[in-house]
Amino acid sequence: MKDAFGSTVLDAACRLLVPFMLLFAVYVLVHGHDSPGGGFQAGVILAAAVILMRLVRGEEAPWGPHGPAALGLAVSGPVVYAAVGLAPLAFGGRYLDYGAVPLPLPTPSVRALGILGIEIGVTLGVMGVIIVIFESLAAWHED
Amino acid sequence: MDRVALLVLVPAAAVLLYAAREFPPVGDPTSPPASHVAPRYIERAEEETGTLNMVTAVLADYRGYDTLGELTVIFTAGLACLLILMGHGTRPPPVPARGGPEARP
Repeated sequence: MKDAFGSTVLDAACRLLVPFMLLFAVYVLVHGHDSPGGGFQAGVILAAAVILMRLVRGEEAPWGPHGPAALGLAVSGPVVYAAVGLAPLAFGGRYLDYGAVPLPLPTPSVRALGILGIEIGVTLGVMGVIIVIFESLAAWHED
Repeated sequence: MDRVALLVLVPAAAVLLYAAREFPPVGDPTSPPASHVAPRYIERAEEETGTLNMVTAVLADYRGYDTLGELTVIFTAGLACLLILMGHGTRPPPVPARGGPEARP
């Protein structure tokens, strides 16, 4: 994004919105056990926050993965998911059978933790993929 | 070509509409999808997975392998977008303006 849409109003609105978007994304991720939500939605909201900031402030956006880092984030999603799925294998369980991991908790709680783990992987992956798509579209447009 | 497509599509639509008449009514508790594993999920999801949201329990626990595949599909789609859009030189070259200053000898 070389040509940002920056202006005073947009900049102020972006500064106001982005923290709440980040907080809401974490809420959607963590509260996915008890209400509608989960990793896919949280990843999309996180990516939307990064893209909003990139649109308004361009290259000066203070944070957010760029180029290879975004691709790495996209890769880390399936890797985290598969790694959480592999953990029970070490304790004699089956693939993705989180209840087999011997934590000092009742089995349903361990399973809930396993679900949270893979949802984090989904969040990272979806966020990375959407930022990658946005960046390649922006680069294509400026080409 | 359009006529061929029509010849294929109209019978296909007729077959699908004919088959749709045999669907069980919405919410029928005795229909095959509602009577196989769904009752088990509804009754036991919370005590087995500690998750109130049944959708999350099915998506991430009972059907966790599916979701891994889903994430891989999304990742592959993103990678495909990157590779296609990265292919410089595949865009058609800009049409040169006619009668511009360059066109004059």
